[in-house]
Amino acid sequence: MDLFEYQGKQFFAKYGMPTSPGKIAFTVDEAVQAAEELGTPVMVKAQVHTGGRGKAGGVKFAATIEDVTEHASNILGLDIKGHIVGRVWIEKASDIAEEYYASFTLDRSAKKHLGMLSKEGGVEIETVAEENPDAIAKIWVDPVEGLSEDQCKAWVEAANLPAEAFDGTVDILLKLYEAYTDGDADLVEINPLILTPEGKVHVLDAKVTLDGNSVFRHENYEQYDETQTRDERETAAHSKGLQYVGLDGSVGVIANGAGLAMSTVDVINQVGGKPANFLDIGGGANADVMAGALEVINNDPNVKAIFINIFGGITRGEEVANGILEAMKRVDIESPIVIRLDGTNADEGRAILEPNLSDKLLMETTMLDAATTAVQLAQ
Amino acid sequence: MSIFVDETTKVIYQGLTGSQGSYYGRLNREYGTQVVAGTHPKKAGTDVDGVPIYANVAEAVKATGATASCIFIPAAGVRGAVMEAAEGGVKFIVAVTEGVPAHDEAIFYNQLKRDYPDVQLLGPNCPGIISPGKCNIGITAGHIAKPGGPVGIVSRSGTLTYQALYELKQKDIGVTTCVGIGGDPVPGTSFIDCLEAFEADPETKAIMMIGEIGGSAEEEAAEYIKDHVTKPVSSYIAGVTAPPGKKMGHAGAIVSGGKGTAKAKMEALEAAGVRVGNNPTEAGELMAEIVATL
Repeated sequence: MDLFEYQGKQFFAKYGMPTSPGKIAFTVDEAVQAAEELGTPVMVKAQVHTGGRGKAGGVKFAATIEDVTEHASNILGLDIKGHIVGRVWIEKASDIAEEYYASFTLDRSAKKHLGMLSKEGGVEIETVAEENPDAIAKIWVDPVEGLSEDQCKAWVEAANLPAEAFDGTVDILLKLYEAYTDGDADLVEINPLILTPEGKVHVLDAKVTLDGNSVFRHENYEQYDETQTRDERETAAHSKGLQYVGLDGSVGVIANGAGLAMSTVDVINQVGGKPANFLDIGGGANADVMAGALEVINNDPNVKAIFINIFGGITRGEEVANGILEAMKRVDIESPIVIRLDGTNADEGRAILEPNLSDKLLMETTMLDAATTAVQLAQ
Repeated sequence: MSIFVDETTKVIYQGLTGSQGSYYGRLNREYGTQVVAGTHPKKAGTDVDGVPIYANVAEAVKATGATASCIFIPAAGVRGAVMEAAEGGVKFIVAVTEGVPAHDEAIFYNQLKRDYPDVQLLGPNCPGIISPGKCNIGITAGHIAKPGGPVGIVSRSGTLTYQALYELKQKDIGVTTCVGIGGDPVPGTSFIDCLEAFEADPETKAIMMIGEIGGSAEEEAAEYIKDHVTKPVSSYIAGVTAPPGKKMGHAGAIVSGGKGTAKAKMEALEAAGVRVGNNPTEAGELMAEIVATL
């Protein structure tokens, strides 16, 4: 789950990190009101789940209320890499002496938490990593031991930050690690972490991704579910509890298992087609789940053919076949369906489907043949 | 021979009294797995289909001499269940449960390494392990695998593993052991752990490795194969056309910051001498070719 910048800052503030006062605004009027309450100068910042906001014109300095009106009008509704700005964060402007970078994420190879700190902030860390890798001080934290104050100090020393930024940075990093672990985050990133002319270290931006698997122990995380960026199809699938990713092709995909679903998407591409989606219905394939999946696919106007790819393991072929037929009775499907059913009792399952085959319901025995047929039908 | 588990392995099911645990526990037992005990803190003294329930893993180990456990506990309880199994004295833990928080996984992975270095954890979020004809722990349909070897399988994906087992069976090719390491960010058992064990197993003559996008486990495996594996390997990587930044079903299956692409993984494996198929069927055919030359 990706948080907007302002949600990330509110999240950080709960762990005692210094952030600037601000307010969220959905309209120009709200933006003006927020700026009046905060007092100018303020920053007007687009809230989207993507980087590169500044370059796209989504972050502006407003010295006066007139500036706020102008910038908020321009930014609200702006398209930033396909994300339409629906809300802006109005924040008290800060004076900046220096910009740093700080983050924690899981290093899957080392199986430890990786902290990165750099005195070259305000630019993308990937760029720093490429052009000046020595400017990034890294620390690997054992998840069992945690981050001690001594380790943190040695890490900040290694980053060669100026002496006046030292204490403030150590303090923020210890809190950032706490937010990262206690909050079950996949990523916490502050870029830039700034030093003000008065010598204060301060959080100026926040990027936070939370682990969706941890929601059971964070009741308040449900609020973030509502602000995820999903297209209409993804929203519908999500509400049915389906693992769905929207793509831009014309062949709808339903498969059981994440690996098989990924593989199905691959094979459709290999035979010259374009998949409309990734959809994993999980291990079984009962009528309820299948009907829900077909509904989601059926509502996608781009879909011209549907490929149902099921490998029966524990779930037997006849159960899968009956599930598909039952689901087809419940949903009025427009596009032709191609089924590939394999695995446990595949023959029995195919025998059940056989009498129901038509130009709307076709069956193939291999994944490759089924993909080819579905792609032809979609053209 | 087989790796990690065989017909002598006695297994405790943590969560045997639950719906998933009792269902798969029964299927595993019917397959021939020695399902010797279940655990539940409040149901000690009862039984499930004749399998005795103990209050915890330590007591179950004491009473039955079990050396392995299989976890069918909801995600919130998996961290506790893994540590209970290790503390209780089992040496091989299979965690089937999906949806375990990544921070929990990072903690119990490192805690096992530090305090119980001789304990092997498989999973979480994995289909389990099957040594066909001998032992099946987890949710794999046992009858889709042909016993006997010469192929060992290791995979990050459940259904693609079944697909691989099934295709080999159709071609009358047997399997020594098939290990599903799972699709989560911190798997307890890695490709390399399995490659090492298959390399050492005299009955395994060839290895099939099924990977997917995300992380760098396949690249690390490729390095390992180059230096340490003499047996032929065939492979398939799912997610060639997956869009960046999207989790494809599995928590660990994501291309982020241009890293973890299927293309990079396939190239790394090919550079290590692995024969890489473009789809699971092709990988199965490549394995059949390899087996024919053994």
